[in-house]
Amino acid sequence: MTTTVLNKVEIPAQQTQTTEKSSVYKTNQLNLWYGTNHALKNIDLDIKENEVTAIIGPSGCGKSTYIKTLNRMIETIPSVKTSGEINYRGRNIFNKDYQVEELRTKVGMVFQKPNPFPKSIYDNVAYGPRIHGVKNKKILDQIVEKSLRGAAIWEEVKDRLNENAYGLSGGQQQRICIARCLAIEPDVILMDEPTSALDPISTLKVEELVQELKSSYSIIIVTHNMQQAARISDKTAFFLHGEVVEYDTTDKIFSNPSDKRTEDYISGRFG
Amino acid sequence: MSVREKYEADLQGLNDKLIELGEFTQGAFDRSLQALENQNINDSLAIMDEDIKANRLEEEINDQAILLIAKQQPVAMDLRRVIVAIKIAADLERIADFAVNIAKSTIRIGNDPFVKSIKNIKLMHTKTSEMIGLVLEAFTDEDVVKAKRIAELDDTIDAIYGQTIQELLSISAKSPDKLSQITQLSFICRYLERAADHVTNISENIFYLVKGTRYDMNK
Repeated sequence: MTTTVLNKVEIPAQQTQTTEKSSVYKTNQLNLWYGTNHALKNIDLDIKENEVTAIIGPSGCGKSTYIKTLNRMIETIPSVKTSGEINYRGRNIFNKDYQVEELRTKVGMVFQKPNPFPKSIYDNVAYGPRIHGVKNKKILDQIVEKSLRGAAIWEEVKDRLNENAYGLSGGQQQRICIARCLAIEPDVILMDEPTSALDPISTLKVEELVQELKSSYSIIIVTHNMQQAARISDKTAFFLHGEVVEYDTTDKIFSNPSDKRTEDYISGRFG
Repeated sequence: MSVREKYEADLQGLNDKLIELGEFTQGAFDRSLQALENQNINDSLAIMDEDIKANRLEEEINDQAILLIAKQQPVAMDLRRVIVAIKIAADLERIADFAVNIAKSTIRIGNDPFVKSIKNIKLMHTKTSEMIGLVLEAFTDEDVVKAKRIAELDDTIDAIYGQTIQELLSISAKSPDKLSQITQLSFICRYLERAADHVTNISENIFYLVKGTRYDMNK
């Protein structure tokens, strides 16, 4: 910091090394309309594997629309039109020959409100593998245990796997949904405000889980909670009025964003 | 008042408190040199007594900053504002401590005539005081150009410091009986030079506050 003429000290500039990760999703010039409403405008995003990518922005900015486009859930809305490309592992998911079922075995999703099936804990987690043809009880048992362990809830439910999942707390139900998502061994997990209906302790558990899961999965999370995005994500994309205003490392976005609109939003000046 | 307005008001409160500490520090710093010049023991004692205010203001700034972090979770420039306030407060409080150190040296010198003109010491003080005024303006206006000018003044002070210490050392070689006063005058030179370094730190923090990147004023 300070030196005098009597003792000048030279400190060499710090060198930083970065290793480039592979892209899991590459979005090129994506546009989306709900009827005449232009909801996503020229979105270009390069999402890397084994990272947590947070999508933030005020209500109506297009962040949930974007995440639902990544697994083509958006197609269930009849008035939706799209243009541009979303390349998942190098293949455009809008290609006519791209089977949506194939995409969804690779891309799992967790929603805002925990939505377990009205079945036992075991059957909730075994649901995906069963519809993919796994019938062997021993293999199913292994998948259920592995998935529940992966979702950090095994110890809490291992003695009551046959009880109805509805009997669990909200936080536990959300982790069951994450376990259900893990059971099909996806490549990507999409999370649409996964903790907004949870109390702080359950939120913390899900956040810790996200941190653990990123070594094996790529996670894209929509969140309204700025601190959550700052705590758990590697990259952050700020959406506003259907556009990506800024996409950078989370460290940069939350310490010194390039765009004033990002600064204003994360500082709570609007939104 | 909206939540954001309250937050802005709290941030402004932090700035105001910092300016109050800055003005107090500059006052104490200026008076410490007047007391030396006039060899005024009573004024020196008063400076020592009043230093408690600088300590209290620094603690208040830290408390306010901690509350702001806990309650508002500031990010980006808001966060830099809070962190920089804590750091600037520490530098200002330290400069106020140097005023106390000068006052203590003045008391130790007592009424003995100066072994050498204190012209250079006065010059170092004038420049440092100018730097403090400039840095407070730079902070209020968030003006990085002003902040950068501080570095030039610091270079001048460093040069005068080196020269004055050499002169004092040569006097001590010729008049060892004056060693006690020469030591105190050397200390005072050191306090002034260090105070200027702390002002340079503050100007670097202003640069960081405004730009979000670091700037070494000593380069």
